[in-house]
Amino acid sequence: MTTTDLMPTRDLRFLLEEVHGLGDLLTADRYAHTDLDTLRSVLDLARDVAHDVFLPLAPKLDAEEPTLADGRVTVPEGTKTAVGAFVEAGFQATSFSLEDGGMQLPAMITEAVLAFFSAASAPVVSYPALAMAAAGMLRAHGSEELRQRYLAPMIEGRWFGTMALSEPQAGSSLADLTTAARPADDGTYRLVGNKMWITAADHDLTENIVHFVLARIEGAPAGTRGISLFLVPKILPDGTHNDVRVVGLNHKLGYRPAANTVFAIGDQGGAVGWLVGEPHQGLRCMFHMMNEARIAVGLSASAMGWAGYRHSLRYARERLQGRPLTSKDPTSPQVPLTEHADVRRLLLSQKALAEGGLALALWAARLVDEGRVAADRGDDATAGQLAMLLDVVTPIVKGWCSHYGVAANDEAIQVHGGYGYTRDYAVERIWRDNRLNPIHEGTNGIQAMDLLGRKVGAGQGAAAMLLMARLQDGIARGRAAGPVASALAGELAVAVERLATTTTTLLLGAPKDPAAFLANATPYLHLAGHTVVAWLWLEQVLAAEPGAEGDAFLRGKLAAARYFYRWELPRTAHWASLLAPIDRTPLDTDPDDL
Amino acid sequence: MKVGLCAKVTADTDARLKASADGSSFEVNGKVVVGPYDAFAVEEAIKTKEKFKCEVVSFTVGGGDDVVAQLRGTVLALGADKAVVVSDPALAGTDSLGVARTLAAAIKKEGCDVVFCGKQAIDDDNVQVPAMVAELLGWAQVSRIVELEIEGTDFKATRSMDGGVREVVAGSLPAVFTAERGLNTPRYPKLPAVIAAKKKPLETPDLAALGLSGGDVAAKAVTTAYGAPPERPKGRKLEGDVDTMVSELVRLLREEVKVL
Ligand SMILES: Cc1cc2nc3c(=O)[nH]c(=O)nc-3n(C[C@H](O)[C@H](O)[C@H](O)COP(=O)(O)OP(=O)(O)OC[C@H]3O[C@@H](n4cnc5c(N)ncnc54)[C@H](O)[C@@H]3O)c2cc1C
Repeated sequence: MTTTDLMPTRDLRFLLEEVHGLGDLLTADRYAHTDLDTLRSVLDLARDVAHDVFLPLAPKLDAEEPTLADGRVTVPEGTKTAVGAFVEAGFQATSFSLEDGGMQLPAMITEAVLAFFSAASAPVVSYPALAMAAAGMLRAHGSEELRQRYLAPMIEGRWFGTMALSEPQAGSSLADLTTAARPADDGTYRLVGNKMWITAADHDLTENIVHFVLARIEGAPAGTRGISLFLVPKILPDGTHNDVRVVGLNHKLGYRPAANTVFAIGDQGGAVGWLVGEPHQGLRCMFHMMNEARIAVGLSASAMGWAGYRHSLRYARERLQGRPLTSKDPTSPQVPLTEHADVRRLLLSQKALAEGGLALALWAARLVDEGRVAADRGDDATAGQLAMLLDVVTPIVKGWCSHYGVAANDEAIQVHGGYGYTRDYAVERIWRDNRLNPIHEGTNGIQAMDLLGRKVGAGQGAAAMLLMARLQDGIARGRAAGPVASALAGELAVAVERLATTTTTLLLGAPKDPAAFLANATPYLHLAGHTVVAWLWLEQVLAAEPGAEGDAFLRGKLAAARYFYRWELPRTAHWASLLAPIDRTPLDTDPDDL
Repeated sequence: MKVGLCAKVTADTDARLKASADGSSFEVNGKVVVGPYDAFAVEEAIKTKEKFKCEVVSFTVGGGDDVVAQLRGTVLALGADKAVVVSDPALAGTDSLGVARTLAAAIKKEGCDVVFCGKQAIDDDNVQVPAMVAELLGWAQVSRIVELEIEGTDFKATRSMDGGVREVVAGSLPAVFTAERGLNTPRYPKLPAVIAAKKKPLETPDLAALGLSGGDVAAKAVTTAYGAPPERPKGRKLEGDVDTMVSELVRLLREEVKVL
């Protein structure tokens, strides 16, 4: 028997349809082959497979890590069942074009599908999700020959993929990677190097694995300008095993079903690789994939925040503990946890952070969609602006959603009391899984520096202006709407003003003292993230307020929005105070004094 | 050979049903789905289609956009070739017999040889319609099947009976079968099929198109009200040492609950 209270489809449908206007997107030619009802069926199917297949397996697969013997990784049967159900249903192909054998669905739908699977088991779905991202990069940058050979099996889910960037000495600093590529006579390359942290570098889920490896061609310049991208298949076209081998597994806090490996490339003489894109342009190609992956990480982190919220809400409704403060009778029955205001605070906080984060990540997906639609009509100016806006939004999505997704999961554990600290309840597992998200795909510290150091200032401040224009537009519509929306719009206006002033002050001061400029990038990410998410809560209020009276779901949206504005948004004042003027405490502390 | 299946779109098993304030109807809070027993019927119809390479038509009485969307996303996406959704204002207050007459007329019009239904819908739990359909069509009917073999026009069906006994029934088509849990494992649709289902034929005849009139479906028994069951009496806590509690429990089970 299925139960929907853990993953109600309405939560996502509300965001997609009422807040982000999925319906009007579908008028574009590129979506003429589908309609809203069909996309709802796609979501229903995702929810069913996630809920009925992934969720029941999640605790078992968390307990049963993949194993390594003779360089081969074996995953438990359950992982095969779940991944098989995902691929079998065709989820692998949602985002690819009809021409490439895909389904050409909006990015918003691909992300919403991922939200259900992440809420059920993010590490399990990471196998096909990584392959989807890798295939997307191959589609964008691979030669005709490579696409012919590798794209179809990856889109069909017969072969999976990896991204092999990190090395033991080169994590955040990819400029320091040393894996080397030597040209061979036949136009291919021989690669030698040691990679670290590579997810899914080996497994027995698919017959082949297509690795995308960053390496330096012999004689390439130092730093990021000398990095190239290579396609290195596990099984070569002639059927022989390439010179790649997993030499160790990392035993992790969470995300255990996803095999994470120490990966030796070419230790028997050199692995055969094909150059993807131009020489020395590897990082640029890889960032194409990483930008999508960063949105997916943010989305997934918020989806786990949402999962923790739903689990703890169910628990709080059932668990009887204590009596109302006004009750003097010790023999009166105990009340559900939801009767206590402090527990409701924990629940509202999770709801505000998780559903706010989902709204943010789905908005980023909407920008991807709008960009594609603009490009289809040959409207390069609009497409360019959307790309610039998306560049600003991406580190916010990755950093904000992952930070507050984990924060929400922490509160989910708290709602469960001692039971939340045991393996008998899902929330500790979700927290452990989610704790990866602030670390991988560029740590949140790196995201913050990317946002402030590169993205908001892009185009002489044009990028920041694009974001501000969206926020101002929301404020204007909010002021003209119902009483709840207009009150929140007034508060948002103050916060947006604060973000604008802080950003300008920072950008103007940057040339004088670059180190100080970036020293407090993290509070800047929180300031920007909280302001953008406050706007997205206003958008939710705009959609919810008219029908809220007779509808608990919509009333809940108003309550969570109010919570975010009362309890979270004021924190932006504190962050702004660390940025303008720059608080120099961390900057000036001598490492020896720590 | 043509296969029919009857699919009712109902509230999901965990959706909360609530009688409306005036008791004239009930509201569903949650998702609507093709009922779980109907899902076994759908799967059996698709398996039959795969075996005989024949056509499958689904039949539903009444339905708005929600129902149509559900049928497209599930029944048609899973492989039914056409859906017939009978829509007529006169069906609003009908009863099981009215529904059965409507289904029988639609099935007859399509010319099916075998029809699968779920053993019951999970909202009203009436368990009446399939037997009535078979009777109206003059067909054989086997309820609660857990196994089925069809060879030519002959069938052999295994029924599940209470107490774990299985009954094997043989006969010839045409026949109506109702599906019990265990008959098969319903598959999930595939996404390309979900998308393609948008283009599959879905007909919405009214009663007249089936040769019926409003009078044919007028209810013989009408629902006069919906309401909530009386609140359950509070649990009772047994006191004393273990032996006293156990013997008190046995007494209660025997005398009050009457299960021992
Ligand atoms: C489970 C898991 C899966 C992974 N999967 C993959 C994968 O599939 N492919 C892949 O290539 N990689 C993968 N990674 C690697 C991941 O991307 C790196 O761990 C991450 O980029 C950080 O690198 P590091 O671990 O070397 O940490 P470090 O770079 O050593 O960072 C340590 C800390 O220092 C901070 N820091 C570092 N440099 C700076 C700086 N310049 N300024 C300010 N702060 C700084 C960081 O923010 C961080 O807090 C995975 C990691 C994990 C844990």
